[in-house]
Amino acid sequence: MLSYSLKRLLQAIPTMLIVITIAFFLMRVAPGGPFDGERALPPEIEANLMAAYHLDEPLPQQYLRYLGNLLQGDFGPSFKYKDFSVTELILQGFPVSLEIGGLAILLALALGLPLGIAAALNRNSAIDYAVMGTALAGIAVPNFVVAPLLALVFGVLLGWLPAGGWNDGALPNLVLPVVALSIQQIAYIARMMRASMIEVLGSHYIRTARAKGLSERLVVWRHAIRPALLPVVSYLGPAIAGIITGSVVIEQIFGIPGIGRYFVQGALNRDYTLVMGTVVFYGALIVLLNLVVDLLYSALDPQIRYDD
Amino acid sequence: MTTPLLEVDELCVDFALPHGTVSAVKHVSYRIEAGETLALVGESGSGKSVSSTAAMGLLPDLARTRGAIRFEGEDLLAATPKRLRRLRGNDIAMIFQEPMTSLNPLHRIGRQIAEVLERHRGLKGRAARERVRELLEQVGIPEPERRLDSYPRELSGGQRQRVMIAMALACEPKLLIADEPTTALDVTVQAQILALLKDLQQRYGMAILFITHDLGIVRHFADRVCVMRQGELVESGETRALFDAPRHDYTRMLIDAEPRGRKTPVTEDAPMLLEAHGVRVRFPLKKRLFRPSTYFEAVRGIELAIRRGQTVGIVGESGSGKSTLGRALLRLLDSRGDIRFEDTALGGLDSAAMRPLRSRMQVVFQDPFGSLSPRMTVGEIVGEGLRVHAPELTARERDARVQEALGEVALDPAMRRRYPHEFSGGQRQRIAIARALVLKPEFLLLDEPTSALDRSVQATVIELLRDLQRRHGLTYLFISHDLAVVRALADTVLVMKQGEVVEQGDTQALFEAPREAYTRELMRAAFLDAQTA
Repeated sequence: MLSYSLKRLLQAIPTMLIVITIAFFLMRVAPGGPFDGERALPPEIEANLMAAYHLDEPLPQQYLRYLGNLLQGDFGPSFKYKDFSVTELILQGFPVSLEIGGLAILLALALGLPLGIAAALNRNSAIDYAVMGTALAGIAVPNFVVAPLLALVFGVLLGWLPAGGWNDGALPNLVLPVVALSIQQIAYIARMMRASMIEVLGSHYIRTARAKGLSERLVVWRHAIRPALLPVVSYLGPAIAGIITGSVVIEQIFGIPGIGRYFVQGALNRDYTLVMGTVVFYGALIVLLNLVVDLLYSALDPQIRYDD
Repeated sequence: MTTPLLEVDELCVDFALPHGTVSAVKHVSYRIEAGETLALVGESGSGKSVSSTAAMGLLPDLARTRGAIRFEGEDLLAATPKRLRRLRGNDIAMIFQEPMTSLNPLHRIGRQIAEVLERHRGLKGRAARERVRELLEQVGIPEPERRLDSYPRELSGGQRQRVMIAMALACEPKLLIADEPTTALDVTVQAQILALLKDLQQRYGMAILFITHDLGIVRHFADRVCVMRQGELVESGETRALFDAPRHDYTRMLIDAEPRGRKTPVTEDAPMLLEAHGVRVRFPLKKRLFRPSTYFEAVRGIELAIRRGQTVGIVGESGSGKSTLGRALLRLLDSRGDIRFEDTALGGLDSAAMRPLRSRMQVVFQDPFGSLSPRMTVGEIVGEGLRVHAPELTARERDARVQEALGEVALDPAMRRRYPHEFSGGQRQRIAIARALVLKPEFLLLDEPTSALDRSVQATVIELLRDLQRRHGLTYLFISHDLAVVRALADTVLVMKQGEVVEQGDTQALFEAPREAYTRELMRAAFLDAQTA
């Protein structure tokens, strides 16, 4: 399993290289630059700035320089947040993003799995239709619509929860962003769990379990849930990626000082190094979490063994 | 009269489907006494499994039952779910057709068996483990102590069925319902499992309700037989009496459906069509970058010669390499060794050079459900090969050829506008044969063409293949695990085991006096020695 993990990490290198390359050149293709502002800078000052950040070099040279620095773990300085390196900004923002994202995944599982199981066990009943109908709505409405609506209803109209802001991660400030971030994933997981449970409940080994005289509760808990979980576990990789991209929008809407917000502001400011830093960081995170998900899968399913 | 162990009394089972009600079982009555074996025989769709599933209370929700199923006088159809759970696995146990999928893949087998003991006997921990070990030993699992902790995937099909039997026997049930328990297994394994069931039956004194489509087994296994057809019981009686003097036409037809007849041999000077020397096929098991890869040798140096008009049968159990050999001969798989088709050496030919030969050598596969594309009409399926091999034909000419081919396999040519799912298994296999025939081949590879079909349907397909061979002088390579079919169809037979030919020779001679122990074992397992055909 160790050698399998190492192999997977080695395979991630070309993936990351492609991500870095595309992000690097896309940023440069976008019009404008980091030092364009309301007032144009005097040409000699701008030239000095460009030279200081090596932006006057030919693009391929800048690219190689960036890769070289990256290899040494150096994301470079931020262009806009003077006196901060990108590494510092990411380390500042990550705990916040992690808290929101982690809670959202937990909430998605905590609600999605039981809802899916309940729908499967009561197939074609009112419960089933209610769960599946709501889930469909959850999938159909994008989070950038859900988030402002939640803020409007619970923050502004009812006044139960703060409509935005971080407040050092106080619980009331967490609720709306986490809910907005997880709604789509709750819906996906509920639907997948339902389909997977229905398939497992129709399988031959469930028939065997019933033929043994086991109670329906034991049949479901002991024999059906674990195999039914497997497809959901393999979905967790894409789900995590979905939460991460979702957080970019959600953090912006609720004004949360996480990595996602740095990314958006970095992109708007043409803060090349900051954008690159967040892209590389999130890319690596997604690769890593997918590996974790696959290892988790093998722990659940003895039929999967990673031995070479 | 004493109370029978199980009494099915005027049982009716209807399924309320969206498009109307289907009656699966109609007024069926039978009884089983303690310790006896009753066989319930019928073809697919006859409702033979439904009555036993009803006895276990395992019918799907949309089933409606009438009548009664009494177990020691107690009506099971009226019993509460709780009472039924008390009986299931304890007094009435069941084994199924699908050993590969009937065990939970995520649980160790020891735990799966122990679960029954815990549920019905309150046995736990060490005591349960000891009893499970004992059970595994009784059903003939080698190294039971170690196997306790195996997962199902580590066991073969036969071993998994043994585990299922151990699970069923755990609480020493009074009645064992065996629903096609050996259908998915090789013949030699089937014989072992049947012998095991007989032995255990004597030891525990349990009754067996044996559900099967295979009359060959019934003759050797059951005390009494009930024959079912389309949900009705058509005939029942003592096994011997029923086989000796079947009263109902359908029973007679089932008994007669055992393949009969012999192939008329071709003349000695018939030209050679396909010759193979030293054919080897290997599959990589593990690809490694710097160390040599390891291989599994599926076919290990086979010699074969087929004359025009001959039928060569290849028999062997699953994993013997018989299908692999067939595919290699047609260059559907890469192989080493020499293969000649008439005067052409197939060895060095690439796929473009093979193409003109492809129309002369065609294949029919086992699975009539999986091998026809569900999105194409029958006409398109049958005509597709013509688009490649006879592109000069106009649409009208092509259609005429399709109709002709369908006529050859006794299907109404008007059916060419329909889709495969509208046809039965036997009809689909006819479509597959028509698809091969439309190209007017000389050589047909028939890979288990009748194995997925009911016996009576099988007989008609075999008759069709014979007829086509006579009319068109076709040459067949017939692959099957079913010795009775091969005996009826082939001139010469190759017996394969683990990639090698164990024995080969003239069909008649080989079946009358097999030289090798393995061949004899196969025949004994298939009950051919006891048959009168």
